[in-house]
Amino acid sequence: MSYTIKVNGQSRTVDVEADTPLLWVLRDELDLKGSKFGCGMGLCGACTVHINGNPVRSCVTPIAAVGDNAITTIEAIGSTAIGKKVQEAWLKQDVMQCGYCQAGQIMSATALLTKNPKPTDKDIDDAMSGNICRCATYKRIRSAIKEAAGLPTADTREV
Amino acid sequence: MAMQDISRRSFIKVSAAVGGGLLVDMTIPAFAQSPLSSAPEEAATLNAYVRIAPDGTTTIAAKNPEIGQGVKTTLPMLVAEELDVDWKDVRTEMARLDMAAYGPQFAGGSLSTPFNYDPLRRVGAATRQMLMTAAAQSWRVPISELETNAGTVIHTKSGKKLTYGQLAEAAAKVRPPDLKTVSLKDPKDFKIIGQPIGGVDSPLIVEGKPIFGIDVVVPGMRYAVYEKCPVFGGSVVSANYDEVAKLPGVRKVFPVKGGGADMAQLFDGVAIVADKWHQANKALDALKVKWDEGKFASLSSATFESQAAELFKQPPATKVKTEGDVEGAFKNAAKVVEAQYAYPFLYHATLEPMNATAHWKDNKVEIWAPTQLPANARTAVSKQFGIPETAVTIHMTRIGGGFGRKLSADFILEAVAISKEVGEPVKLVWNRRQDAQHGKYRPGGFHSFKAALDAQGKVVAFRDHFVTVGADGKPGNSADLSPTEFPASFVPNLELGYSVMDSHVPTGPLRAPQSNALAYAFQSFIDELAHAAGKDPLEFQLDLLGPPRPPAMLPSRFGPPSPGFNNARMAGVLKEVAKRSGWGTKKLPKGVGQGIACYFSHMGYFAEVVQARVSSAGDVKVDKVWVVGDVGNQIINPSAGSNQVEGAAIDGISGAIHQQITLANGRVQQSNFHDYPLLRMHEAPQVDVFFLKTDNPPTGLGEPALPPVVPALVNAIFAATGKRIRKLPIDSAELKTA
Repeated sequence: MSYTIKVNGQSRTVDVEADTPLLWVLRDELDLKGSKFGCGMGLCGACTVHINGNPVRSCVTPIAAVGDNAITTIEAIGSTAIGKKVQEAWLKQDVMQCGYCQAGQIMSATALLTKNPKPTDKDIDDAMSGNICRCATYKRIRSAIKEAAGLPTADTREV
Repeated sequence: MAMQDISRRSFIKVSAAVGGGLLVDMTIPAFAQSPLSSAPEEAATLNAYVRIAPDGTTTIAAKNPEIGQGVKTTLPMLVAEELDVDWKDVRTEMARLDMAAYGPQFAGGSLSTPFNYDPLRRVGAATRQMLMTAAAQSWRVPISELETNAGTVIHTKSGKKLTYGQLAEAAAKVRPPDLKTVSLKDPKDFKIIGQPIGGVDSPLIVEGKPIFGIDVVVPGMRYAVYEKCPVFGGSVVSANYDEVAKLPGVRKVFPVKGGGADMAQLFDGVAIVADKWHQANKALDALKVKWDEGKFASLSSATFESQAAELFKQPPATKVKTEGDVEGAFKNAAKVVEAQYAYPFLYHATLEPMNATAHWKDNKVEIWAPTQLPANARTAVSKQFGIPETAVTIHMTRIGGGFGRKLSADFILEAVAISKEVGEPVKLVWNRRQDAQHGKYRPGGFHSFKAALDAQGKVVAFRDHFVTVGADGKPGNSADLSPTEFPASFVPNLELGYSVMDSHVPTGPLRAPQSNALAYAFQSFIDELAHAAGKDPLEFQLDLLGPPRPPAMLPSRFGPPSPGFNNARMAGVLKEVAKRSGWGTKKLPKGVGQGIACYFSHMGYFAEVVQARVSSAGDVKVDKVWVVGDVGNQIINPSAGSNQVEGAAIDGISGAIHQQITLANGRVQQSNFHDYPLLRMHEAPQVDVFFLKTDNPPTGLGEPALPPVVPALVNAIFAATGKRIRKLPIDSAELKTA
């Protein structure tokens, strides 16, 4: 079937089966490899994209459900002011180890900061717990989010 | 690790690079080392590769696979430091697989730092000297009057200056110096080593650029999945090939004959090749295979437990270490303590699943893969398909998590087999279920400990009967016990031995192999002994370590002999972590406790304190981990280094709290992150990292911070609740109080 979807501000037409997950449309039809395959069940968050600004697991979102909603992927997140800040904070905090999950982390973090510019630690926990980092760079993800929010980056959770 | 003799034949091959830059191919015979146990390369040489463009842009080859341990940044930093260039002018480039030129190229054993710290600095220093020689010749002045600064050669007397970019072409013609005699910087003059430098690929990662194995695109490629028997080593009898081949996008469905009994190699299976990966993966739903499940269809975790209990009734089948008279000491002891520990198989769970892209053409094959051990994969492909190694080209991609799993070549062999059959380039990607159920698991194991204390609470005898898994009476990969396992040689009477259960479960190295399990068992039991002796666990550990003694040089599984356990270094990190964590000085609320543990692995000394809280429901939450590590006199990149340590600590906690691979009817029962959970943001503790610098050569950081965190957690739970966790993963039902 033919579907025309809005990806990163452009209309793109693809010919795929109705149940094809958005992730595989992005990766293999549109050659946008930034969104990653981790679990295929919406458990790890590596495939996170925005649909109308909301973080969505593209691996469990069939193309037929996308309609004409606006999809933003990691490849274009830097064109938003908050996305750009998040990318810069990720570099400043040197978050990455293997880096495989980080596109998804950045998408979830950008969605969080767009709705909640000054998140608490609890807000960060709630917004980011759907994204697994196998290398466990959680400490730096937390400080990068605070950095992007203009908050002190020290971990102030009570011990 | 001592730098070995490199004098036999030190030379640098030089040729002019395209575009008039300097291309330095340096080859120095590396350490007189035995080959990697699983990489049958002969005595390796080490080589580095530097290219300087006329504008001064300096490209440095990154020789080893990048799995997130940071070597694509840190190894070029070593070259850049001695070359004396500004880091902003450096670009790094993944090297080709060429061990004749580059020496050992692999990611494992936390060995990139100890193997390369000195040699790569020498490469940088030699390149700098060539540039200085070119300048000296041009200006007709002695080289001794020259100095360098940030990519420029300077003659102070005359004020003349030439940039490396200007000198590169002439320097390419200079006879290279002897690497053995080049002079290296005094570490106090370092400008790059010791700086927190961001990962070189990070700007690409935050923009989602396609740099991982799974992102590879080869023109005209198809996509494949490969289904193996759910029982290890089972074979294909028949399948509904024609029916599946009719599904949308599917091109071909066919059986692949595996390598048979050799578990490390290609397994039997059915390949589905399609136009797109999703089509191939979806077609799996319709695939019906009749399997011959083979010999191992009755394997189960429950059987392992009962078998271990039986084996504990007998003496160990193999003794690995006997000192003094253990039985005699038990008879005369003031106190005898016995305990049994168990831990499960674990799965690597790299977030990037196994994948490889292969193009078989005219009896040659080109491969793009996230491999930690590319040379081994090349050999495996050569053997499996009967083509010379020269017909196998492997491109190393960035790796989306390795942890030891991608040392194995199984997924690469599968991709090659499939491409060979269809005659087209093919990208094979495992789905998560396949990835979880066809791992090279961290072996599960069981320990039966018995120890004796004298009237002063000193350990006078120590015994471990380790029941491990393997085949034919031999421990499997990463399932053995070393005769040097602490407290060997630190108590007067000691016996270490093992018995093997024939499990045939494929096992392999998972981050800090052996150590990640042994640390839990040994360091937890030592904590039990401390409490039995009525002593503070820190004091007890320090007493057990005793006064400083010189470490023995021990044969290494990889490379040259390396210094064995140094008790003074361990005491150092223990004391430091106690100080930083406020050990023994804090009044902690009910249900909260601190535990301490230490472990030596991969040449690194780590002591860790965990502060954990246990709820009345029995749920364990780690609030903070204090880590002190001694990996020598230099941390090459403190940002990447502490990142490794932070991750390792959380990785260990994640395993202890959440993870196990279990078997029933020969099948792995877990399939994805719902039943094999990884620790998430809301559970992630604070991690305080401190490197205690000592006058020892720098060693690696990918692994040694992991092992002690597990017993430190278990010891913290004991401090918080009085309950001893003797089986992993931690069962909250055991800790429940309300």
